[in-house]
Amino acid sequence: MPIIFKLSKNIEDQIDRFLTMVYDSGQIFQDAVSDYLRERVSEFEKKIGIVTEYEKVADRLREQIEKQLYLKTLIPENRGDVLAILENTDNVIDSMKSTLLYFSVEKPDIPDEFDPLFEKLTSASVKSVESLIKAISCFFMDLQSVNDLIAQVSKFEEEADQAALMLKRKIFTKDIDLCRKIHLRYFANSIEQISDYAETVSDSLAIYTIKRLV
Amino acid sequence: MVLIYLIGGLFLGWSLGANDAANIFGTAVGTKMIRFRKAAIIASIFVVLGAVLEGSGASQTIDSLGTVDDWSKAFVISFSSAVTVTLMTKFSLPVSTSQAIIGAIIGWNIFAGQPTDMQLLSNILMTWVLCPLLAAFFALLIYFPVKKLVENSEVHLLRLDAYTRLSLIIAGALGAYSLGANNIANVVGVFFSSNPMQDLTVGPITISATRQLLFLGSIAISIGIITYSNRVMRTIGNDLFHLSPITALIVVISHSLVLYVFASEGLRDLLLAVNLPAIPLVPVSSSQAIIGAIIGLAIAKRSASIRLKVLVRIASGWVTTPIAAGVISWTIFTLVWFN
Repeated sequence: MPIIFKLSKNIEDQIDRFLTMVYDSGQIFQDAVSDYLRERVSEFEKKIGIVTEYEKVADRLREQIEKQLYLKTLIPENRGDVLAILENTDNVIDSMKSTLLYFSVEKPDIPDEFDPLFEKLTSASVKSVESLIKAISCFFMDLQSVNDLIAQVSKFEEEADQAALMLKRKIFTKDIDLCRKIHLRYFANSIEQISDYAETVSDSLAIYTIKRLV
Repeated sequence: MVLIYLIGGLFLGWSLGANDAANIFGTAVGTKMIRFRKAAIIASIFVVLGAVLEGSGASQTIDSLGTVDDWSKAFVISFSSAVTVTLMTKFSLPVSTSQAIIGAIIGWNIFAGQPTDMQLLSNILMTWVLCPLLAAFFALLIYFPVKKLVENSEVHLLRLDAYTRLSLIIAGALGAYSLGANNIANVVGVFFSSNPMQDLTVGPITISATRQLLFLGSIAISIGIITYSNRVMRTIGNDLFHLSPITALIVVISHSLVLYVFASEGLRDLLLAVNLPAIPLVPVSSSQAIIGAIIGLAIAKRSASIRLKVLVRIASGWVTTPIAAGVISWTIFTLVWFN
């Protein structure tokens, strides 16, 4: 029996590390967007490297957790839910990495006046991811707090929606080429999508939390 | 020769082990929380311990219901019970070994023209009704603190899973002990008066004939667990109500407490010592205790309506099983043995 406690501890640590990777990636993502807007190219590229590395580690951790949960037939009642949470959360970090890579490859020409709205949008999306990670941690440890954090995810997702809408309105009222407008809109959508992913995971998490109640 | 006469009881014991171990470890094994091998070993050991250490109380009650002074007659009674259980299971009718043996003894009493102790019989009938009710009560009592503990304690889901596995093993051991203590009466109770065994002295230790009989019966239950309960365990669990490992734990503990209450001489003596009414020591149905506990759980969760059909099925078993066993026992005595 002590073996099972040791195994549980090991997987608990892996889940914590996975969630920390996603959480920290959010802050790095936000800083990277800020670097791009201020044309700090080398810092921006460095941060892409960090997020890419975190995404790889998170992938490996997720695979290890999945394998052990199946092989050792742990948490039979919640295994499917936990695996779905981990896989969908992995999409969030993937989405952050992809967005940064789009910035790096396509180098959108963003007029300075849009910087505050891009930062506001990025901040709201990252906050929704951070609330999601806290909610997932509570799903494992403190069921009573999950719903409050899920509400926070929705709140920040809504903030991100509003910021994105405002940004897109401004983009399309500005006197620039249509192809540049569409290009900028694409980046607004890409950042906004991160909070959409976070909300999708949190919606499932709400159901999984009800299932965990005795 | 002794074994041949005991074979009716031993067959009943095998059948009891094969079916009722699933009540204790079914969900845990079905959901792969515990491996069958581990469950079978634990159940076998604790069934034997329960039967040998605390099995005599309920067995004496069975013995008191009808005087059976000959092994051959005891054989017919236990064989009739086994036939009843087999036939009713074949026709998917609700059946309990505990109720079959009572019916078969009454069938013998009628055949032999000897009176049945009506006071004792009414006590036994009362316990059949009390068994699921008490199990429901225990489940209700246990559910709320467990719910509070699980939902409010800041224990990681994986750690909780490990604790649940450990608790299922402990509860399963307790369940097997109670099953042995209570249901061994069905297997060897009718052989008590005509016990063919002699006291056995090994060095300074003397093993009484009664304990040898209890041991032999419990071994039959263990063989049933090891040889056949795997199949039953893998199919049980979700017939009536979906049980999660934690709710299964509540059900198993409630079931075990009920079986123990109706088996423990120590508990009976304790109640008498504080001037409380004594609980009759009577073999009760393990399956009905489980169903009672599940109903208690459903009431506590307020999430499922109690199906009247299930209650009617339990109640019908109280009538049909003893009548069928009584008729079969009387018929065998009349036609084959003593005609």
